[in-house]
Amino acid sequence: MTDNPAGFPLGAGGPIGANPSFFDLVSRNRPEAVKGLTATQGGADVPHPHGTTVLGLKFQGGVVFAGDTRATEGFSIADDKMEKVFPADDYSAIAIAGAAGQAVEIVKLFQLELEHYEKITGDRLSLEGKANRLAQMIRGNFPLALQGLVVVPLFGGFDQRRNEGRIFYYDATGGRWEEDDYRATGSGERPAKGSLKKRWRPGLSRDEAIRVAVEALVDAAEEDAATGGPDPSRGIFPTILVVAAEGVAAVPEDEVRSAHEAVVGARS
Amino acid sequence: MSFMPYVPPEQLMKDRSDFAHKGIARGKSVVGLEYATGLLFIAENPSSTLHKISEIYDRIAFAGVGKYSEFEDLRIAGVRLADLRGYSYGREDVRARDIANGYSQALSTIFTQQMKPYEVEILVAEVAEADDHGRNELYHILFDGTVTDEHGFVGIGGHAEALTQALQGTYQEGWDLPTAVKEGVKALSSAEGSEIEPAAIEAGVLDRTRPQRRKFRRLEDDEVEHILSG
Repeated sequence: MTDNPAGFPLGAGGPIGANPSFFDLVSRNRPEAVKGLTATQGGADVPHPHGTTVLGLKFQGGVVFAGDTRATEGFSIADDKMEKVFPADDYSAIAIAGAAGQAVEIVKLFQLELEHYEKITGDRLSLEGKANRLAQMIRGNFPLALQGLVVVPLFGGFDQRRNEGRIFYYDATGGRWEEDDYRATGSGERPAKGSLKKRWRPGLSRDEAIRVAVEALVDAAEEDAATGGPDPSRGIFPTILVVAAEGVAAVPEDEVRSAHEAVVGARS
Repeated sequence: MSFMPYVPPEQLMKDRSDFAHKGIARGKSVVGLEYATGLLFIAENPSSTLHKISEIYDRIAFAGVGKYSEFEDLRIAGVRLADLRGYSYGREDVRARDIANGYSQALSTIFTQQMKPYEVEILVAEVAEADDHGRNELYHILFDGTVTDEHGFVGIGGHAEALTQALQGTYQEGWDLPTAVKEGVKALSSAEGSEIEPAAIEAGVLDRTRPQRRKFRRLEDDEVEHILSG
């Protein structure tokens, strides 16, 4: 590192060429910042907020990701407006359930990982490449998962090479599988999945998919104490992202509100 | 131990500086221009994949001339510095001045301590925020670490002087983007002494009107062609 005055990280990262990984960069330059993610021991008995139900499903033009906005800590509600569904970059999204602090850190690192790769190499990672990279990052969290700080994401987006939406799901060990239709994870996984099973069909339109997602979250909130249902009186609605060929877009609250009204209306 | 013949430091610096100048003079030039809603970098570059102009961060861009491997090395170092800063603190804490200083120190060390100096000249620009009356920032950094703060326009590379002369006659504040592109290409062509094909033009802007967080955008070939023919 003779070319490194003033902490300026000059020079190639690997044997040849520049390492495009932000995670490697930050692990090398600021190990203390990501220590928690790779620690072999830590305070798992520390009470921590827990993100609950998120889901993803395919529709005609791409994928929809949705999540309630509740975080719990034991039997208390830690937060009723916590975001758990995020754009990962312009063409993909990530939804997380599990230890909230750990999860948002992984999301932040993952977003930077994708942006950094794009800037260093001049190309976007393929969707497959993004999904694999996330698996490696979740695997890095495994020591903490063993102590109870489990993070299980859903990831997906629009694959521009295949011209279709794709969904991937993970387990705490970094295992990665591709999902064909729909998937839910978190404490409300069972009721949400049951709901999706009844309502999902191939070739849903975007609006239908949003409605199916809202209905699954309503069902999850009815069956699972930790999942927060939509609450119009307090302005609490699920976070919903749509990823299609044009890119990722958040569904406006008005649209989620009317989807919720339609779901409730159909039941009464 | 072998004895090195004594070389006066003035001579040593002059030799290195001449060497770097010669290297830079062999390459093409880049123009940096402020226009009404942002900053434009424009260059003649026959390759559409080996860029001279690129994004560093949300509101910061980079342009380099001279030896590709060397300014590419600097570009990557800049992206790393910016991303690390943004991660450790906040996105708005990543500033062009900071990056320009990093480049300046790195280049100055290389100039005095390495076998040979880098044969590069670079620009680092930051576009002001939309609703703020702050100024754009445009830094010009030389192979020996010299930094200058430029306003309005700047030319770097082999034909820097001719470019500056050409733009001095025409530049006006508040150009719109198409005018800035046309005048930039005109200046490049006159400095080069021949008309430049639209396909051989590389251009990138920091456009403060972009709704996205990342303000950098490349102008594609057909967009440049459309502007030049219009």
